[in-house]
Amino acid sequence: MSRPAQLPPVNLHGLDPKWSKIVDFTDRDGISRGVHVLDTGTDRAAELTLVCVHGNPTWSYLWRNFLRQAPINIRVIAVDQLGMGYSERLSSDRVLEQRVDDLTRVVAALEVTTPIVSLAHDWGGPISLGWVENEIRSGEHHIAGVVLLNTAVHQPKDFNSPAIIRLVRARGLLAPVTEYSQGFVLGTRILSGKKMSRDVATGFRAPYRKRESRKAIHGFVADIPFEEDHVSRAPLDHIAESLKLLCGTPILMCWGPNDPVFSDLYLRDLKGRLPHAVVHRYEGASHLVSEDAPTLVGDIFDWIDSPSGTQSTFSSESDSELIDLGAALREQTSTRPNSIGLTAMSEAGNLTWQELDTLTNSYAGYLSQRGVTAGDRVAFLVPPGPLLIPLIYATWNLGAAVVLADSGLGLRGIFRALRGAHVDHVVGIPRAGPLMKSLHIRGARISTKEIDKTQKLPRAVFDTDQKGTTQFPATNLGAVVFTSGSTGPAKGVQYSRGHIARTVTALQSQYTISSRDVIIAAFSPWAVFGPALGIASVLPRMDPGKPSSLTYEALKESVGSAGGTLLWASPAALINVLDTAPKHDDADWSSIRLILSAGAPVPKSLLQRLALLIPHACIRTPYGMTEALPLSETDLEAILKSQSDQGVLVGKGIPGVDICIAAWDAPDQLTTAPEVMGEIVVRAPHMKNSYDSLEFTERSSSHFVGWHRTGDVGHLDAEGSLWIEGRKSHVISTSLGVITPVPVEQRIESLPFVRQAACVGIGPRGGAVVAIVYIETTEAKGLSKMDKEDEMRAIAGVPLAAMLPVKSLPTDIRHNAKLNREEIAQWANAKLAGDR
Amino acid sequence: MKVLITGGRGLLGSAVVREIQKSGHECVVVQRTPCHVPGIREFLDDLVAPTKSEQWIKGVEVVVHLAAKVGIVGSYQEFFDSNVLATRKLLEKAKKNGVQRFIYASSPSVAHTGNALIGVGVHKAEPAHVRGSYSRTKALAEIDVLAAHSPDFSTMALRPHLVWGPGDTQLIERIVARARSGRLFLIDGGYSLIDTTYVTNAAQAFACAIDAPTSAFNRALMVTNGEPRTVRETLGRIAYAAGAKAPSRSIPFHIAMAAGHAAESAWRIRKSEPPLTSFLVEQLATAHWFDLGETKRFLEWSPSISLDQGFADLAMWYAKA
Repeated sequence: MSRPAQLPPVNLHGLDPKWSKIVDFTDRDGISRGVHVLDTGTDRAAELTLVCVHGNPTWSYLWRNFLRQAPINIRVIAVDQLGMGYSERLSSDRVLEQRVDDLTRVVAALEVTTPIVSLAHDWGGPISLGWVENEIRSGEHHIAGVVLLNTAVHQPKDFNSPAIIRLVRARGLLAPVTEYSQGFVLGTRILSGKKMSRDVATGFRAPYRKRESRKAIHGFVADIPFEEDHVSRAPLDHIAESLKLLCGTPILMCWGPNDPVFSDLYLRDLKGRLPHAVVHRYEGASHLVSEDAPTLVGDIFDWIDSPSGTQSTFSSESDSELIDLGAALREQTSTRPNSIGLTAMSEAGNLTWQELDTLTNSYAGYLSQRGVTAGDRVAFLVPPGPLLIPLIYATWNLGAAVVLADSGLGLRGIFRALRGAHVDHVVGIPRAGPLMKSLHIRGARISTKEIDKTQKLPRAVFDTDQKGTTQFPATNLGAVVFTSGSTGPAKGVQYSRGHIARTVTALQSQYTISSRDVIIAAFSPWAVFGPALGIASVLPRMDPGKPSSLTYEALKESVGSAGGTLLWASPAALINVLDTAPKHDDADWSSIRLILSAGAPVPKSLLQRLALLIPHACIRTPYGMTEALPLSETDLEAILKSQSDQGVLVGKGIPGVDICIAAWDAPDQLTTAPEVMGEIVVRAPHMKNSYDSLEFTERSSSHFVGWHRTGDVGHLDAEGSLWIEGRKSHVISTSLGVITPVPVEQRIESLPFVRQAACVGIGPRGGAVVAIVYIETTEAKGLSKMDKEDEMRAIAGVPLAAMLPVKSLPTDIRHNAKLNREEIAQWANAKLAGDR
Repeated sequence: MKVLITGGRGLLGSAVVREIQKSGHECVVVQRTPCHVPGIREFLDDLVAPTKSEQWIKGVEVVVHLAAKVGIVGSYQEFFDSNVLATRKLLEKAKKNGVQRFIYASSPSVAHTGNALIGVGVHKAEPAHVRGSYSRTKALAEIDVLAAHSPDFSTMALRPHLVWGPGDTQLIERIVARARSGRLFLIDGGYSLIDTTYVTNAAQAFACAIDAPTSAFNRALMVTNGEPRTVRETLGRIAYAAGAKAPSRSIPFHIAMAAGHAAESAWRIRKSEPPLTSFLVEQLATAHWFDLGETKRFLEWSPSISLDQGFADLAMWYAKA
């Protein structure tokens, strides 16, 4: 049963009736067909045309925000597929090949005179790619770019077709689900990761309210060629094959990783076919990524404006330089083979440099045997310790990259991170078995149980002289690291081999590290660097995922038996050491020359207590982040001299590091002027290379080319020292001025009855906002007296709407010295709203 | 300019008269009971059935309409007559007699449908959805006032939120009396954040509206102190100012709500204002604080008396009393 094309009703949310038109074209069978098209129109001074192709079970409504937000120089066209949306209803199903041909003809009929960028979603992907191929072959239009959202051109062999589609395609179920009921269309709403508003859901469903109007949805699903003999199998394979033609075309892939149909596996498949594509995964978004990720439309226009990717090249590296990350380890092995290289207190095991080297070599041999080669990504679900460290060096010796996720992320966070990192192989402890299985990796899944056996393998399994080099270009990826940040899901930070080498150099020169040093690595990321620094490492008895599990006794034994000279720990670990110290300390701390406290702001009082416990050690607090550490640092003396009502003093940049401020009022300029508050922007030789599959996060962080926006706010003082005033996302913009939380908290914490304070803003984003503080008070009865409130208001220096006492303030799970201001702001918003 | 003020007797009314006088305008007052402010021409009249309107409207350039029936006692018809009918008649008269500006004292309750209002600007008056005769009739009247706007007759509605000050018999006196007798309770701890308005700031907003550019008209604007505080602190500070104890006992919301309903039924029979109403409970347990951005921009006004100063003035007043 056919029906001509129609115009959509005029009242659909977000859709301008002016955009709608019916376009007639003659298909290859010579039959005149009508399609409904949304078009911003030809009256613009368009320099570019964006042609949008929807998939299933949607229609061009999917693209409404692109039409609405289109810049003046871009014409946006969205075509309803034949049989779908408001296009002509056909009496028979249309297959892929025909749809590609239809689209080519429709675009020809639309009189596009500018270069074209294609944008497609779902099953629209192969159709648009087929048409793009036609355009490239015919030279009719110049294809300036290709954008793909959650789609596929190939069914990866080692993975079953999506369960949902298999279910829907099951004999006898397809028609009832897709055609007879609104189930499939309604399911789309569920496929959206976020709650879709009723108005938008109505918009999506509008053309599919009657059974006959849903016939093509059925046909669309039936056209996916899972079977070898399917009529669309060959055309799809042809499209996948001809992606080669796109090697010179800029390509962007935006992905909703929670899509139950087009999962990350398809993204990985496409990335393999289009290695130059830039990728952004919108964590938390699902199939309808354009609905779930509010920034997507702006991001895509931003990319169209400047389509070069930031992530595929490590521009700062020189191609010719070769890096051997295992060189220091081998050097120590040859100069002092029988000295201790690694001590794990919890396992009471020492490894000599010789043993460490042997292990590294035999692990490398085993990994190589299991298929790990240069350029691969290897994920480790292994706690930091005597197993992980040689494994990492083994991986580096093979030229592969390690993918590490902080155990502070929790199981779900680790899974999410590793799934997005598209790892080739995974090595895990037996307990991580189920997680490893669910990752659907392409290469080897190695249990550490097998690896333990390799310890007995003869050393000759892997011999560098015979089997291959350990030198690989500086530009090669060395590591992807996911750490738990205070904002949003963990981001994967990419380091090249060159970056890792430069971090080692920065640490060596900053702390005048010599082979006599022994590092007590209570801050787990740094346990990895011991062998590269050529110094022995001690892993104290503690849970590496929980810094606050380091006790006085554990530290004492690390110093006593291993003679640690450097202590690297987070404030949470140091707090617990002090809290568990006995009244009469009888330990001999004399070997410790340097204590580094990093990972979170360090309270002054903590440093003072530490200085009492370990008097002659130099105490320093480096500032930095996963993206670059260390950046600046200061010592106890300077901190004690500093005022503590302007922020946290973190000192001057270390040699080679530049620190600037992007002023809050003029964020597009970098300044080093004193006392100007703004985002801290840094440049360092050991800065991260880019974020992994997060094109737009990367663009935002490297807004100033060659620099990194830290997301922290603060100011420089007259001497050029940096002061931290909080996170950028925690800055409170009230109608009476801008407030940074840390100085306010410091001032209030100076009152005798306040243990800890947290300053947050409440109110609607963009509307009126007021600042409030939550306090942990030492008063037994809380704060019943008004004069206490007066004191706090007087000292705060900013207008405060409310001061709320609380038993204990929530802190970041990983560093319990970091306040979780997001959670506090949520509490405050609920409590002060009178929520019940 | 000659300014007519209706309802110039209450806390806000008398302050508005004072401020308008201060800015050098000639004031005429219409109300039912005399107020005897020196230097003011006073007419005693009923706005629903005026008898001397020709006299008091003559030569008036600006009308500031404050007179209204407040509270919860009375039939809907009574509220409708005092708040809607009187306003309609006044609008008509003003228009006919060449008045150029009409400033209406509205209430934030015209848009308060029970949800928390957090840092928002002015929402539309919703007579069909607000609670109680007072809010409904004030909403209807506001709609009429704004609909009457035309190029030569500028209208505006100002919505001052919880006006208080020394000598206030409505809000302050009741809180103080309850605090003194130990019957002042908080609801759910009293943590919802609310805006209040010190009377002088509200009065100055009206005075500024008289001289505001024409572009400021044809809209409703919020008036508050711009310093939201928790209910707990607000009540505490008022009690303190009067030398009473700050409230510390708290009752759960649903119990307070039930008590409010019960009191309404009981006092309906007595025909007087109940000590607690469900509306009041909801007001005290839900956040409502506002964005003053528009008001400041259009009226070129900002609060001149801070809350701290206001509480100090209140304490002084109680010390003298």
